[in-house]
Amino acid sequence: MNKIKKLSPQARETIVGYSFLAPAIFFFLTFVAIPIITGMATSMFNYTQKKFVFTGIENYIKLFNDEIFIKSLFNTTKLVVISVPIIVLFSLFAALVLYEKHPVVRAIFRGIFYLPVVTGSVAVVVVWKWIFDPYNGILNYLLLNLGVIEKEIQWLGTKEFALWAIIIILITTSVGQPIILYISALGNLDVSQVEAARIDGASEWQVFRHIKWPGIMPTTLYVVVITTINTFQCFSLIQLLTSGGPNYNTSTIMYLVYETAFKKYQFGYANAMGVILAVVIGLFSLVQFKIFSSKE
Amino acid sequence: MSKKIISKIQGIAFNFTSMLFLTLATILFFFPFYWIITGSFKSRIDNMKLPPIWFPLNISLESWESLFKQPAFNWLFNSIFISLFTMILVCFVSTLAGYVLAKKRFIGVKFIFGVFVFAMALPKQVVLVPLVRQVAAMGFHNTMWAVILPAVGWPFGIFLMKQFSETVPTELLQAAKIDGCNEVKIFTDIVVPIVKPGIAALAIFTFISSWNDYFLQLIMLNNRAKLTLQLGLATLQGEFGTDYGLLMAGATLAAIPIITMFLTFQKSFTQGIMIGAVKG
Repeated sequence: MNKIKKLSPQARETIVGYSFLAPAIFFFLTFVAIPIITGMATSMFNYTQKKFVFTGIENYIKLFNDEIFIKSLFNTTKLVVISVPIIVLFSLFAALVLYEKHPVVRAIFRGIFYLPVVTGSVAVVVVWKWIFDPYNGILNYLLLNLGVIEKEIQWLGTKEFALWAIIIILITTSVGQPIILYISALGNLDVSQVEAARIDGASEWQVFRHIKWPGIMPTTLYVVVITTINTFQCFSLIQLLTSGGPNYNTSTIMYLVYETAFKKYQFGYANAMGVILAVVIGLFSLVQFKIFSSKE
Repeated sequence: MSKKIISKIQGIAFNFTSMLFLTLATILFFFPFYWIITGSFKSRIDNMKLPPIWFPLNISLESWESLFKQPAFNWLFNSIFISLFTMILVCFVSTLAGYVLAKKRFIGVKFIFGVFVFAMALPKQVVLVPLVRQVAAMGFHNTMWAVILPAVGWPFGIFLMKQFSETVPTELLQAAKIDGCNEVKIFTDIVVPIVKPGIAALAIFTFISSWNDYFLQLIMLNNRAKLTLQLGLATLQGEFGTDYGLLMAGATLAAIPIITMFLTFQKSFTQGIMIGAVKG
């Protein structure tokens, strides 16, 4: 204690500061920083359970000639392009409608929309697997009885339907957080402005377009970016429902990374895919930070 | 005047249709939850029936019995152990770090914060493959610590606690220092009580995300007795594909504790999501 008291205040603050930060720095270095660095480094190696040979950018060249990788990249993009707009629009719509309702009604709806997130993908998938089950499932049963289809459809085993089936489940497990964020953003808007506009005879659409929409713009940007990042990393639904099939038609990059590393044990090649995915997602994050810092 | 009435009627009609649409949409969100609980109390035969039995009247414990022929108690214990220790460690590490990042000015503090910000922008999943090698090299692959410790490294909690620590009045800290309080005492007696709501939000947020972190658990654990509920359930899906009663019971066991927790601490949890969004 005496020793510390003799030090200059600045030195003291530094020692205290680093003592408090020590656990955070330790965990961060060990489990985030070092894996990032080794991941990037080993992406330049032919690295399997037996081999460890430096090959430069060969893995990257191989990637862009790899049909399965291109297919997965395409699927991932398709997933993002289709589901992100639906998720954002649905959450915005739900929040706008629910915000005007009684707090209890609002809380109940908000809770229900968040329910699949808390329930967890694995448990939710159990039910959806039953819904899509070709012979014991409810969907084919209903469609057959209504006369819409004539014979059972293999929803998860058919190229045309499998990705759509995944998109539906992905949407139900993704809107919970955006709705919470939008409702809270609407609560932070200046109420007097909205009321003044209404008294002046503005229609609800005008109020939305000129007051609410600009006011919640930062939230929209945040929601778009996190939803995009999360969708890019879509994994558990794929692994649990289709394992990327049929014939890699629902494989995403994240799923392919998993398969390459833990089923085929090509660690270097998997890390190269991971780096590409990180770069793509990093660009999105960069855009987010740029937009946020220009607003503030 | 009539224009006003028309727009009012339009308003009511719009309001009604949008509420109807949202109510219909909730079915998609609520149904899985309802179905796993009711399905877990139906017999094997009842679960296979079409049209399905929407409201089970004959309660059967058959599915629960076959679930507990599996090491389901182990899985439950492992899930609780992992989520609990992740929560404790994350809260401890983040509260300490968040406080100094918000309130102390010293050499390197800006740089460290910058590195954390940069790391946050990188997707977590991408480092998981090298992380498995790292954990294996350190000798605790396939133990619960392989799931717990990596989750502590992720700086999200530090951000959250930095946000909360900004609210601690600097004068209060200075006054305590003049009174001769040492740094540890200032932290435990002044800072912690003020940032308690933040710790609560972080705790519940971490517990739930750790419970549901299927990917991390999947790549770290592979011994049947060491699985979590999520992994156990996924394994059962592979082995007992259409034994829906068993799967529903497993899903119920995986979902009910965490949903109960969510409902109990909903306020803290929602707050955590919102504050995390400010700078997340």
